[in-house]
Amino acid sequence: MTDTGRRARVRDLADGEWHRLHPASPLLRGGLVFLAVLGFVLANLRERVVEVFLLLFAPVAPEERFEAPAGWNGDWAEDPIGGIVVNGLIGWALAGLAVVIVLVIGGFHLAWRMHTFRVTSEALEVRSGILFRSHRSARLDRVQGINVNRPLFARLFGTAKLDVSVAGQSGNVDLSYLGSAQADRLRADLLRLASGARRAAASDAGPATAPDAAGEAASGTLAARAGQLVGRRVDEFRAPELDPSLAPPESVVRLPLPRVIASALLGGSMIWFAVLVAVIATGVVTGAPWVLFTFVPAAIGLVSYLWSRITKSLRYSIAGTPDGVRIGSGLLSTANQTIPPGRVHAIEATQWLLWRPFGWWTMRINVAGQSLTPTNDGVQRTLVLPVGTADDVRRVVGLFVPDADDVLAVRLASGLTGSGPSAGFTSAPRRAAWIRPFSWRRVGLAVHGGLALLRRGWLVRSAILVPLARMQSVAIAAGPVRRALGLASLRIHTVMGPVTAELPALDRPDADAAFESLAAESVARALRDPGERWGVTADAR
Amino acid sequence: MPERDEPMIEPVPAPLAAPEPVVDGGEPAPSFAPSGATEPAAGAPALARVPAAPREVDAAWRRVSPKHVVVEVVGSVIGSGITVAALLVAATWLDFPLLAWAAAAVGAMALVAIALEPRRVRSIGYRLRADDLVFRRGIMFQRQVAVPYGRMQLVDITRGPVSRALGLADLKFVTAAAATAVTLPGLPLEEAERLRDELVALAESRRAGL
Repeated sequence: MTDTGRRARVRDLADGEWHRLHPASPLLRGGLVFLAVLGFVLANLRERVVEVFLLLFAPVAPEERFEAPAGWNGDWAEDPIGGIVVNGLIGWALAGLAVVIVLVIGGFHLAWRMHTFRVTSEALEVRSGILFRSHRSARLDRVQGINVNRPLFARLFGTAKLDVSVAGQSGNVDLSYLGSAQADRLRADLLRLASGARRAAASDAGPATAPDAAGEAASGTLAARAGQLVGRRVDEFRAPELDPSLAPPESVVRLPLPRVIASALLGGSMIWFAVLVAVIATGVVTGAPWVLFTFVPAAIGLVSYLWSRITKSLRYSIAGTPDGVRIGSGLLSTANQTIPPGRVHAIEATQWLLWRPFGWWTMRINVAGQSLTPTNDGVQRTLVLPVGTADDVRRVVGLFVPDADDVLAVRLASGLTGSGPSAGFTSAPRRAAWIRPFSWRRVGLAVHGGLALLRRGWLVRSAILVPLARMQSVAIAAGPVRRALGLASLRIHTVMGPVTAELPALDRPDADAAFESLAAESVARALRDPGERWGVTADAR
Repeated sequence: MPERDEPMIEPVPAPLAAPEPVVDGGEPAPSFAPSGATEPAAGAPALARVPAAPREVDAAWRRVSPKHVVVEVVGSVIGSGITVAALLVAATWLDFPLLAWAAAAVGAMALVAIALEPRRVRSIGYRLRADDLVFRRGIMFQRQVAVPYGRMQLVDITRGPVSRALGLADLKFVTAAAATAVTLPGLPLEEAERLRDELVALAESRRAGL
């Protein structure tokens, strides 16, 4: 274990050979649950077990031995241990327990042995399953993002979970778990391969693991090695990004803790919380206990949601790297996400009414491969800025839109807070007030530098950016009301996600002109788009 | 019924056809000119993706076969017939005359819908342009969609029993966006297959990523 295990740690995982996951992964994936269940059962049966063993090994008169668990009244379901003791089946029971434990451990071990993955220059392939084998293959040029998650328990074991999302519904391939340093290395290798850059040119960029190996080989005594291990764990715990060459130098956005907490307290869920508290209070006052049973769980759920929102916003960082935008967050369980260039299909900044006095915005994106139902994981993946100022919004947009210029900044500023036909926006005519009485001044569209900017919303202000190179199709529609008013709604179709790029009303001629120009420009932009292999075109330029 | 339809290219009054950008109120009209598209693509000459040979642009909207009216009418007759029958049965069994009125209302609405069916089918039109397909439909609720050829992930031909009897087929386009939802109903089978092959070839020659 010592020698091979150490070699495995420094081995390059992206060499086209089949590799196994971290040996602790069965424990982390399901073993902990098994142990917890076992512990729970034992804790519940503790008194009986102790009693039985006392009787067995204590010097008691033999005739008392089988009489003693007198509580047993012939009912197996009530007291199985008593039944076992009374019927003299202790040996069989222990043997059965041992067999079950051996089977479970063997099953976990076999599953771990059969769960292998390899990285070729084309794809990431994963084989798993004992009886029903599955073989998943994720094409590297269709990688939409790579997440490295470190739940608290996994961090204690020095491991991380690598999650590669690919275009397609629920097309995720996850490797759980890998060694923490290995996961970072593998992510860098995957991104490098996906970018199309040659591997030979890249392989000399990975010296991070070499000194690690040398240091380990030099370590002599067991105590020294143990001390080193602990030291490394502590280092890993302090710095979620292990490889300094991979770590982004500086996050472009800082989230002060007071802002995170205040924004969560002023969020939309707080209204629900207030309503719930009011209902519970009236229930207590009027003495209707059923209210407590129905609404207290909901309130607890809301509090836990708020708590998770706050903790996930802690230590938030976002930065641009050559291989995409990297977003990290989390205090105890950390998540780290890399979105390669050219994968963002829409960006939206929204501002809720109560956030307006503070000028706070939240940002979401559409990326391909989002599942139909919004899972917690998916929500986390599409939220790129939990809460930030307008400046933060501009900086984050700058990360996702590399060739942003001053004109775009002006348009974006108008898109966030402006109204009317300013800053190059085509806004809706006054007639649109029949459809959108509050927000009609805000409704507007601008096109600049291959981006469509959509501006809308009064209660919830929203500014949407759609890179036209990745627009799927464009539609205008008009029902009877809009036709009578000479209006039409415009919608830019993108891949599925939290952002819907739709303008409720535009003047009919404006909508027609926008339809034509968006359709033409999206084709031109798509032809010039570097596409999936961002590394190749970067070299060619 | 293998009688061939003529290629249905005929001038149609195009309510959604793009007019000139209108200058309202004297202020300069906001320009939707594709700022990037007009400038030469000199920045990325290394890209191997040469624009494919330009396709000739349809001058006018193409329509679907008028026989598609039969498919729609049969569908709504069956649907509303079942509803009306169920309502009438329930009305007699439960002795609840309101349901009979509901059945009458459903029947009347179905009749109106059937009477309007020819116009609805006439409103379905499509145009193959240089780089995209434009589809439009609807008289009350009008909708017009432009799908670039390079975005088509899948072109699907489906045929229901009635369409099959009439020699028609539906052509469905799938992009990475679920909201695109473009289905060309009621094309003669031969035309549908020809169009599918042409669109697949066009999509291949203009293939872009997601």
